[in-house]
Amino acid sequence: MGQNIETLTKKPPAAGGRKAWSLQKGETLAGFLFVSPMLIGVSILVLIPIIATLVLGFADWNFVQGWEGIRWVGFQNFINLLEDEMFIRSVRNNIIFLLTVPIYMLVSMVLAILIDRYVYFKSYFKIAYFVPYVSMTVAVAVVWQVLFQPSYGPINEMLKAIGISDPPKWIADPNFALISIMMISIWISIGFNLIIYIAGLQSIPKDLYEAADIDGANGWTKFRRITFPLLSPTSFFLLVTGIISTFKVFDIIAVMTQGGPIGSTTMMVWYLYDTAFVNLKVGYASSIAVVLFLFVLLITLGQWFAQKKWVNY
Amino acid sequence: MEMREGLDFRKVIVTIVMFAGSILFLLPFIWMLVTSFKVESEVFTYPIQWIPKQWNVIENYKEVWFGQYPFTTYYWNSIKVGVTTTLLSCLVSAMAAYGFSKIKFKASNFLFLIVLITYMIPGQAILIPQFILYRNIGLFDSHLGLILLGSFSVLGTFMLRQFFMGLHQEFIESAKIDGAGHPRIFWSIALPLVKPAVATYAILRFIWTWNDYTNPLIFIRSDQLLTLPIAVQKFTSMSGEFYSLIMAAAVSAILPLIIVFIIGQKSVIEGIALGGVKG
Repeated sequence: MGQNIETLTKKPPAAGGRKAWSLQKGETLAGFLFVSPMLIGVSILVLIPIIATLVLGFADWNFVQGWEGIRWVGFQNFINLLEDEMFIRSVRNNIIFLLTVPIYMLVSMVLAILIDRYVYFKSYFKIAYFVPYVSMTVAVAVVWQVLFQPSYGPINEMLKAIGISDPPKWIADPNFALISIMMISIWISIGFNLIIYIAGLQSIPKDLYEAADIDGANGWTKFRRITFPLLSPTSFFLLVTGIISTFKVFDIIAVMTQGGPIGSTTMMVWYLYDTAFVNLKVGYASSIAVVLFLFVLLITLGQWFAQKKWVNY
Repeated sequence: MEMREGLDFRKVIVTIVMFAGSILFLLPFIWMLVTSFKVESEVFTYPIQWIPKQWNVIENYKEVWFGQYPFTTYYWNSIKVGVTTTLLSCLVSAMAAYGFSKIKFKASNFLFLIVLITYMIPGQAILIPQFILYRNIGLFDSHLGLILLGSFSVLGTFMLRQFFMGLHQEFIESAKIDGAGHPRIFWSIALPLVKPAVATYAILRFIWTWNDYTNPLIFIRSDQLLTLPIAVQKFTSMSGEFYSLIMAAAVSAILPLIIVFIIGQKSVIEGIALGGVKG
């Protein structure tokens, strides 16, 4: 049972009498060696930064001031956030954006059932609906920007052709900009949700449907009594990841609208970026980051409690 | 439901309707591709010409690839950062996954809890300290910095740990009796056995790195170090009204990845379905 400790530790093996102890020691050392690259990386790049964010949230500081310029202001940043119209607007837009989640979940569920049960060439459909999800958001956003071009873009040309003389100006119109971005976001997210739903459908035992057939249940009853409830763990997972991902929306805003026009598409991460890296208000931006972190944490914790109540396993 | 019996009429109808739907769904991509082949004056003609009257393919793509904002450089940067990040991330994740699942040691659970906690932290909430850190340790504006940011994904550890746990402990024990240490067991026994899972994760990590916009936006300043997403954005704002060129740039950025995806689609889709992973 000579374990090859030398290769791990370059230490001479311990004396024979303490073999069991040294074996365990070798295991511990090997364990640490294997997990340490990840642990060190995560500590330096994630754990220390999140602590720093929490600390900086209580500071009034600007990148250009240097370390001496730092001033501790207690909860002042958070108090200011409550009165900051742009921040409130960002949170409000984030909340409106939540609407995209049930919409794309519903569309994906219907498409998943159709693709799983009622079509030929399944894998074509899986790929086709997945393409927007794997495509570079920046490039996709650029394409949509041109498609939505108000005066001569293809979408408005088409709308004019079918008789709508005064089509919306889409991302150039404060009333439509957020909705436009939400539509694109739905379009991108369908692929991911669809794939997960198909996997969920395939895990439902077939004999349940056979039994329902024998009882003479119609399609709608089967959906209501079998498919929908048995998909609930999948739906729950998608709901949680979907909600969390709406809090992270950034690329598409940064490329298409930069939060505009007149703040109509600003969202938390965009406002955080704008405050930190454009206006250089590091302390204030950190307090936004803290709020963002708390939102995500709250949803994750809420998920743990809700899971028991809502999901049929 | 229905029995296997040649062509099912209802199924054919649904397939045709769904096919039409998928074309509609992909219309933005089709428009992008067609526009990138056109001369500028024909971009916005209406009704839309789905087959260009005048082809301008070579000129458009030449301008994108070798013009003022040379995509050859950005491509090389994206490939370099993407491949290195993927390799490093796979190695680090696989090692940690092996350590957490196949080696019994003190503090293992506690350390895993730490890793679990970091999973809940949204990446954007830590950008500012990361930026300050990078400015101070000289990783700002370097590919190495970018690569490191993408290489310590907890997600990979979770995914691969799941697969390592599925390996029978006997493999490990018998190898130990034969005198192999953990590095040997990891490299020549465990890792080959979970190769499909590593491949899935590798494709996903590559796609995510390739598409990543936030990190290069914040951590890269020099023009010659840019990766494709920022390059596409810069190219777009520079090209202004030259939509055919902008679309050629978009195609150049998107198409290779769609090809990677179609080749690896089985493992990507399975991996996503299995782990329920999200970038």
